[in-house]
Amino acid sequence: MTSTIAAPRSPYARAPRKNGVNWEKWGWIYMRVSGVVLVVLIFGHLFVNLLVGEGVSALDFAFVAGKLSNPFWQWWDVSMLWLALIHGGNGMRTLVNDYATTRVARGILKSAILVAVVVLIVLGTLVVFTFDACPAGQPADLLPTFCQAL
Amino acid sequence: MPQNSAETLTAKRKTASRRPAGTLYRGREGMWSWVLHRITGVAIFFFLLVHILDTALVRVSPEAYNAVISQYQTPLMGLGETALVAAIVFHAFNGLRIIAIDFWNAKYQRVLFYVVIGLWVITMIGFAPRHLINVFSH
Repeated sequence: MTSTIAAPRSPYARAPRKNGVNWEKWGWIYMRVSGVVLVVLIFGHLFVNLLVGEGVSALDFAFVAGKLSNPFWQWWDVSMLWLALIHGGNGMRTLVNDYATTRVARGILKSAILVAVVVLIVLGTLVVFTFDACPAGQPADLLPTFCQAL
Repeated sequence: MPQNSAETLTAKRKTASRRPAGTLYRGREGMWSWVLHRITGVAIFFFLLVHILDTALVRVSPEAYNAVISQYQTPLMGLGETALVAAIVFHAFNGLRIIAIDFWNAKYQRVLFYVVIGLWVITMIGFAPRHLINVFSH
């Protein structure tokens, strides 16, 4: 049995779709646009959480509550959440397309990626916008200091 | 003479397989930056899944969040965080390199790889000592 290998740069055997949205093109653009924004958002996130003050040793509920009661950091974190998960999910989709050899395996793996991305975006967005920095009945020494004024 | 020409042909084939023309992604800097971009991307993706779940514990209770975040403050995890930041910084700078190749000029891809490595080293010199001091002095 012989198989023919097409000459390099010959057109796709499957004719490209003439109409409709070119999703692969928009995915390609999304990776670059979100990538540039994520460099700023994630470098800022790492600088504030790991380099300012005592860094990782200072992280606790009071630190996060202080940040998440500020709309600036709420929107910073939610932007990171959406941009990074979709960027990462689309990157993982690329790897599945490259390395999963059967149609069934690709379907299962890409469905799992989609479920993980959607569930975590919903969870993360709800956490940021329904968060209570001063939950009732909690020990005061675990809460941010501004809770004492309430 | 036929033997000689066969040898020449083999030598030509070998040279051709060693130095492919017209691709950025086979061999040398182009391939290794691509490999590293994939490996760091997968590592960051799986950390991101875990990191959203642990941060979501702020919605459960202060004790639950503090119990989990204190796991990030151990020496072993401190080394892990250094590796994670190393992966993120490489992925970030190499991603900018990919954009430069796509929209500016692909002929600088090789020198840009060494620019990425240089910026990565400088960033890690700025990050790693300070982070490791924070981890190991507590």
